[in-house]
Amino acid sequence: MFRVRLLSLRNLALASVALLVGAFALVFFYAPNDADQGFVQKIFYLHVPLALCALGGFIAAAVHAIRHLRSGDPVHDARAYVSIHISIIFGLAVLVTGSIWARASWGKWWVWDEPTLVSFLIVFLLYATYYPLRFAIEDRDRQARYASVFAITAGAFVPLNFIAVRMAESLVHPRTFATAEGGMPGEMWLTFAVAIAGMALLWATLVRFELVAKSARARISKVRRALDAEATGASRSRIAPTVPSRAGAG
Amino acid sequence: MPALPLDEAGKYVVAAYLVFLALVLIYVAIMAARLARIDRELGELAELAEGRPPAETDREEVPA
Repeated sequence: MFRVRLLSLRNLALASVALLVGAFALVFFYAPNDADQGFVQKIFYLHVPLALCALGGFIAAAVHAIRHLRSGDPVHDARAYVSIHISIIFGLAVLVTGSIWARASWGKWWVWDEPTLVSFLIVFLLYATYYPLRFAIEDRDRQARYASVFAITAGAFVPLNFIAVRMAESLVHPRTFATAEGGMPGEMWLTFAVAIAGMALLWATLVRFELVAKSARARISKVRRALDAEATGASRSRIAPTVPSRAGAG
Repeated sequence: MPALPLDEAGKYVVAAYLVFLALVLIYVAIMAARLARIDRELGELAELAEGRPPAETDREEVPA
């Protein structure tokens, strides 16, 4: 079982590295420069797949959380936790790469009246509260239940964020899809598709990696507790005085 | 804003891709440290298990 999971993790890692290297090669050697933004638009192939994977990861966490509340299986809670964890790391990368792109395109690191940026920041900060909420609760079962409720509620907010951004009429955020001029050419679409596939695989690899590590640590703790209990029991049986039976004492 | 010239735009593009690479590398380094700790704990458990007396069922019965 462990061997099969490890092999699939290795395959996932190899596939994600291959796809990401291929995507970056396409970005710099195949995709044409954007007519409007020029070379700076190359950030798009990194920034947007990261954002989509982060948002997709938050929704995946909500799905796992629903499964956890339905079944009570802690495996689903662990999957929800790890999905949020990796998506927050991706979200951090989205914010930093977005700021760099904003500086290059608009001359500012951050624009507060831009709904895309602000709504993503709100989602990111919302999920950043997941950790204090989760680890403020000591009881494991309650912790998992409350974290699942949070993941579902916050997960419902993610599509709202996406819809709000699409509906917002903005003059400053670069629109790369479906512009009035006809949108992206085929080479850009292909590059973007490979980039998003590579990023999704990277997300899946990191989630799997984290789950395998967590599972290994949990097993080690279990074995350690069993060994400790056995050692304590053995030493007690050697040290403790024999307890007389009730019949004998009476 | 007009498109930036290549020499100016290049540094922003490189910075964005380097940030991504740095984040992945930091994550991998943290995970490597955690895996090293798991490996060390496994070693300790193996030592504990080796020093443990054999269980009752494993003991060979001596004929009377």
